[in-house]
Amino acid sequence: MSWRELPIGGMILEPGNSIARRTGEWRVFRPVIDQDACTRCLVCWMYCPDGVIRVVDTPYRTSKGRLWSFTLEIDYEHCKGCGICAEECPVNAIAMVEEVK
Amino acid sequence: MQVLEGYVKQVRVMLNSNYAVAYAVRDVDVDVIAAYPITPQTGVVEKLAEMIANGELDAEMIHVESEHSALSAIIGASAAGARVFTATSSQGLEYMHEVLHIASGMRLPLVMSVATRALSAPINIWCDYSDLMNVRDSSWITFIASTAQEVYDTIVEAYMVAEDPRILLPVIVAYDGFWMSHTYEPLYVAEDKSYVRTLVPRRDRVKLDPQKPVTMGALVGPDWYYEIKYQQVAAMSEAYEAIREYDRVIGRAFGRFYEPVEAYKMDDAEIAILTYGGIYGSLVEAVDRLRGEGYKVGAIRLRLWRPFPVDDIVRVARGVSKLLVVDRAISYGASIAGPVALEVIASLHRAGLDLDVVSYVAGIGGRPVTESDFEGMFKLALKLGRRAREIGTIYWGVRGVSYD
Repeated sequence: MSWRELPIGGMILEPGNSIARRTGEWRVFRPVIDQDACTRCLVCWMYCPDGVIRVVDTPYRTSKGRLWSFTLEIDYEHCKGCGICAEECPVNAIAMVEEVK
Repeated sequence: MQVLEGYVKQVRVMLNSNYAVAYAVRDVDVDVIAAYPITPQTGVVEKLAEMIANGELDAEMIHVESEHSALSAIIGASAAGARVFTATSSQGLEYMHEVLHIASGMRLPLVMSVATRALSAPINIWCDYSDLMNVRDSSWITFIASTAQEVYDTIVEAYMVAEDPRILLPVIVAYDGFWMSHTYEPLYVAEDKSYVRTLVPRRDRVKLDPQKPVTMGALVGPDWYYEIKYQQVAAMSEAYEAIREYDRVIGRAFGRFYEPVEAYKMDDAEIAILTYGGIYGSLVEAVDRLRGEGYKVGAIRLRLWRPFPVDDIVRVARGVSKLLVVDRAISYGASIAGPVALEVIASLHRAGLDLDVVSYVAGIGGRPVTESDFEGMFKLALKLGRRAREIGTIYWGVRGVSYD
């Protein structure tokens, strides 16, 4: 492709394609959810600036025997590792783990 | 009422260049205006506000807190598809500076008038072209008018150029602060403004539309940024040809034919003096006087600053042995301190012409440049001969500076 074929001024003419940019590559620290400690309050889901906290219909039974009907997962392809989820989590169920040591 | 033979009906009115801008903006029917008042541009916006209040113009006037916001507001409106306008001067134009690049980079067909004025400090509200020359690399097409009539015609032309799908770049129409913005001249404007609207029909372009979402001004990395900037280079070069076409459209409509470079008594001229803006009239007078003394001298006026009309400059200047270029701005520390002189030298270099170009800087901070000044500059250049090249730039009329 040359300059002629590019949309004028670098406009993006197709909506919703930011998913194609893997911003997860930017991450230095990876948030990891402790599924046992998590109370499913969804505070992380609300605070996440990139919408990478996913609510998944997978049941989860904790080590103490409590059954949750859903699980929270992180989209690591797009999570930039900002740490806001870990900061906001009221039960400290999210740890920030260094990607490369 | 005046009917120029074969052209659209026009009325003769008495306007200063600020008001001539407002009349043209009204006649092309803009949708959104955002501007912040600054001397000597204020009259433009006052007149437009009056026109909106009177119902002569159906447009939104957005009151903003700064020039940075004024330009940002019309960028948004233009991105949404509106025909927009703003006006400024001096510090206001510099305050817009970063936004100027965003406007051109987003390829939005904005039109702005600039009543040129000196820059602070020391504070000075009078005319020179320091403000305009500072924004020359912002990818805005830039006209410099020399009469109120030309201001009116060029604002109309500016919308043709900006909105041309081959170009889609913002356009500045500049003219002298005070010398033109506040002095009244007779000029012709279209009797029926709906006729002017037919000259600048609304054209389709990509715009912000919730039904068909697009992203403008997104992040672009080293992999493609250069190609997108090259699109602007190509659009600028396309604009040079297109402007000549639109000069003819304006000519056929109103009977006034413009060119990127205007020449006066150049057919047999051996020496020429080039300038731009309102002082061109004084230059023409000076040329007549010098002709009366037996000098074969001609005048050249630069009407188009960006894109720089290299071919026209070369064509007009080819026959002369000496060319004086009178700038009203200083490029501090430059090899040649007159911004237009520098461009003229580069244009002649491209054509392989090696004629004596003498760079003059005059009229800084509103100091008058009269017929006698042009005569003095002419005679000094003759006296200095080739030495003028070594001097580089002659700062005309500065107390304590002499070149004899």
